[in-house]
Amino acid sequence: MTMCRRTALATLTALAVLAVAGPGLAEPKKDFKVAWSIYVGWMPWGYAADTGIVKKWADKYGITIEVTQFNDYVESINQYTAGAYDAVTVTNMDALSIPSAGGVDTTAVIVGDFSAGNDAVILKDGATLADIKGRNVNLVEFSVSHYLLARALDSVGMSEQDVKVVNTADPDMVGAFQTPDVTAMVTWNPMVSEIVKLPGATKVFDSSQIPGEIIDLMVANTQVLADNPDFGKALAGIWYDTVTVMASDTPEGAAARAAMGAASGTDQAGFEDQLAATKLFAKPADAVGFVTSPDLSKTMDHVRGFLFDKGLLGSGAPSADVIGIELPGGAVLGDTGNVKLRFSDTYMKLAADGAL
Amino acid sequence: MRWINRRPSRGATLVLHCLPFALLIVAYLIGSAIRLEANPNDKLLPSLATLADTVNRMAFQPDPRTGDYLLWSDTAASLWRLFAGLGISTALALVIGLLIGLLPVMRATLAPFIAFVSMVPPLALLPILFIVMGLGEASKIALIVIGVAPILIRDLSLSAQALPREQIVKAETLSASTWLIGLRVVLPQVLPRLLTSLRLQLGPAFLFLIAAEAISADSGLGYRIFLVRRYLSMDVIFPYVAWITLLAVIGDRLIDLARRRVFPWSELEGAR
Repeated sequence: MTMCRRTALATLTALAVLAVAGPGLAEPKKDFKVAWSIYVGWMPWGYAADTGIVKKWADKYGITIEVTQFNDYVESINQYTAGAYDAVTVTNMDALSIPSAGGVDTTAVIVGDFSAGNDAVILKDGATLADIKGRNVNLVEFSVSHYLLARALDSVGMSEQDVKVVNTADPDMVGAFQTPDVTAMVTWNPMVSEIVKLPGATKVFDSSQIPGEIIDLMVANTQVLADNPDFGKALAGIWYDTVTVMASDTPEGAAARAAMGAASGTDQAGFEDQLAATKLFAKPADAVGFVTSPDLSKTMDHVRGFLFDKGLLGSGAPSADVIGIELPGGAVLGDTGNVKLRFSDTYMKLAADGAL
Repeated sequence: MRWINRRPSRGATLVLHCLPFALLIVAYLIGSAIRLEANPNDKLLPSLATLADTVNRMAFQPDPRTGDYLLWSDTAASLWRLFAGLGISTALALVIGLLIGLLPVMRATLAPFIAFVSMVPPLALLPILFIVMGLGEASKIALIVIGVAPILIRDLSLSAQALPREQIVKAETLSASTWLIGLRVVLPQVLPRLLTSLRLQLGPAFLFLIAAEAISADSGLGYRIFLVRRYLSMDVIFPYVAWITLLAVIGDRLIDLARRRVFPWSELEGAR
């Protein structure tokens, strides 16, 4: 019997230890992990890792940065939220609804680009957005596509009551559009460019009609960043080095775009098409200008209103104010006592001033 | 006494039954407490109070957007798909399995084909299914049938073939026709086996159901899990996983109960 008890105790201890190993504790450290997933605005991270730009900047600050590509966007955010990664590529909306709503204080280190056509509402046999009324709409529920749909419906005086949303996984969008029962879809590139080529498909609304609202970020854990400002500087250095090459009209730039196109499953021309639907901030000063403009506050207000409406800021959230969003300059949207998402221009400014 | 001969007493058996469950719960509570202390908003291992709150919200409060009780409407949608899929599979298995087991001509025609089909990984067919059958209910049910039916058919035909040849010969000497042998000699002996293999296929059936629901749906247990997964809402996922497990266990028990009630002769040796 005693033996049984001892075994039980040992098992219990082992399980407890396993459970403890979970959360990452922030403190000064040397090794950092960055997660990214395939999307036109984030391909530079993979390119930077492959071509040694990451190593160059990490070495400069005496740290190591491990860059990991995730095949699944949501999983990369979940890993970051659970504490396994220090930084992750994410959109402004998902940053607010996943890590921030999950209590992980998160700072947007780099504002890379915003979608200017990469996300679109596509109808089969319909000429205008108004034709969407009464249809089933296939999209990834609660994603930026869902947000785009809400904004699109809003723009023609309709609401989500006028359509029926059907959750559909993004890898299956192109196939799904070719089945007879799918007549309306909201998705993003590279799927959009495939779908609009299909017979009967009409793009009736896209993100260029809500410019600057779907923003692609590199975010990092605020505590990690506060303890290790060098990590933020290295991220900014890597990013602007890479996008400078990528945006340049030189053979090196073309080679970089071809490499990123190949890595995202298309080619240089396909990748440049997607870039055209993306407002990339190749110069840090442009990004600083964007993030410090008053429009950001309006955008985040739309976004948090949408998330609150869908119950994504927590089931017990009394209002959209429950999570504080700090803007550059210190103004806070929402609860000042619970700031969990911060837009910072610190590192981009350093890059703009050449002070990295 | 050797360990192989030691039997726990009745009370000890009960305690031992509960022990792994209790350990799991205690480990969870410890982990949850530690994570929540570091971050009160942590979503990975929510506290019991949060879990209870969520269960209450999902099961007993109408959803503010649709007015449905989400847990029940999800369960109804999923169980309907599961029953349809398993029902079709069982019917197919009964007919085709019996034909293969009974008639050498059918065996020669179908057995290699079924053996081949049963090796196709059903999940790899999913993208094709969605295009051919659309994103509606048909493709989800078809996935369950494709995954489960070949295994049931093979199992049934094998157990029909495993019946002692003497039984068939004996029935023939009593001038039974092929039809009568199938109906009165083979069927009563393979039907209990069909129910047992159906039990064993419950797990895979749930796997296929959830995989199909994850890709495209507007209700269902798998749909909900993959929807809230975006938000790391473990307070929804844990109760749903527990609920699916419970449903599967209940299904397993019910089928076994039915087998013993309807085919009492299949339990001759196990009667205790």
